[in-house]
Amino acid sequence: MFDALADLVVYQWLGLNPADHLGAAVHFFVMDVTKIFVMLIAIIYVMGLFRAMLSPEKVRNYVRGKPKWIARSSAVSLGAVTPFCSCSSVPLFIGFVEAGIPLGVTFSFLIASPMINEVAVVILLGILGWKLTLMYVIAGLTVAYVGGAIMERFKPERWVEEYVWKIQMGETSLPEPDTSFAGRHHYAWGEVKEIIRRLWKWVIAGIAVGALFHGYVPQDWVTEHLGGKDNWLAVPGAVLLGVPLYSNATGVIPVAEAMLGKGVAIGTTLAFMMSIAALSLPEMIILRKVIRWPALALYGTVLAIAFMLVGWGFNIIS
Amino acid sequence: MKNIKVLGSGCENCKRTLELIDEAAKSKSVEIELEKVEDIAAIMGYGVMSTPGVVIDGKVVHAGGVPDRKSVESWFD
Repeated sequence: MFDALADLVVYQWLGLNPADHLGAAVHFFVMDVTKIFVMLIAIIYVMGLFRAMLSPEKVRNYVRGKPKWIARSSAVSLGAVTPFCSCSSVPLFIGFVEAGIPLGVTFSFLIASPMINEVAVVILLGILGWKLTLMYVIAGLTVAYVGGAIMERFKPERWVEEYVWKIQMGETSLPEPDTSFAGRHHYAWGEVKEIIRRLWKWVIAGIAVGALFHGYVPQDWVTEHLGGKDNWLAVPGAVLLGVPLYSNATGVIPVAEAMLGKGVAIGTTLAFMMSIAALSLPEMIILRKVIRWPALALYGTVLAIAFMLVGWGFNIIS
Repeated sequence: MKNIKVLGSGCENCKRTLELIDEAAKSKSVEIELEKVEDIAAIMGYGVMSTPGVVIDGKVVHAGGVPDRKSVESWFD
């Protein structure tokens, strides 16, 4: 459907040639913009109707005081369904610490949350199919679980800023939501506007990069430099490239689509997606308010190694 | 006069929340005292982790995201 629409707009109306660079790039762009935005609106609206979005306050209450493996499993899975704006990572971190939740569990949550979320998962399913989605989700959950557990071994408590331990959190009961249909509709529509406002730039940028890659990067160049599964350096290269680049998990999907389309190996693509979504300099700088550099360096190193293992692993088995 | 505090560390959403409240109060001609709370310890003191949050006369009425216009207006009825 979206393919046909893009055919109509790009080849019929704009009169571009499907065989040349510009035609291919514009077609990719039009198709992905329409497809991704329609899907985004639909999924956010439906989630909003069920009020399925969890707040960090609820996650905190749920995780606190649980035995460690349960706490970590729930932190990882709740992190995956909690939409999370990096601007709230500091209060979130402090809130978890204050609730006595172990730091390793908090890190697991912080890793899972930007990497996997229900919106990105639905878009992944629509664009790249269930197999890749499943690989991405399982790999992401595993990295978050194991990554947090490894960080705990290094006793990161010593790197937490002193003032964090002193903060006392107040008790508050948030107002009860309006559960009538009108109330739900109102809330859901508000969520759509809010989340789209936050995401649209990342998504458009992602699609634009994907479109350029799709239209202009020659297949041979990809096969020679990125494609070969035996090219061991492609995976660390992809992870390193992802560190300064930052995008929302949803924004990375069209880039991944274009990469896979040109024959970049699956593991390399997955490693790149994870690195862009979860390892970002701005996020690290925000976290610097609560933890000192050694902890941030550890966080970055553990994740980078984990993403490389994911990349190599999938390149070997695929 | 209502005392309204917007809790948040100064991100884009907090600014929008402030503006919304200011506009709504003006349109309903309610006098308010609007404050911004950026200190993290103070924010957490209200039990809020997801910002922006809104506190009216000491009571948390909203947390996590920009409130919609309708609910902002309902605070002034």
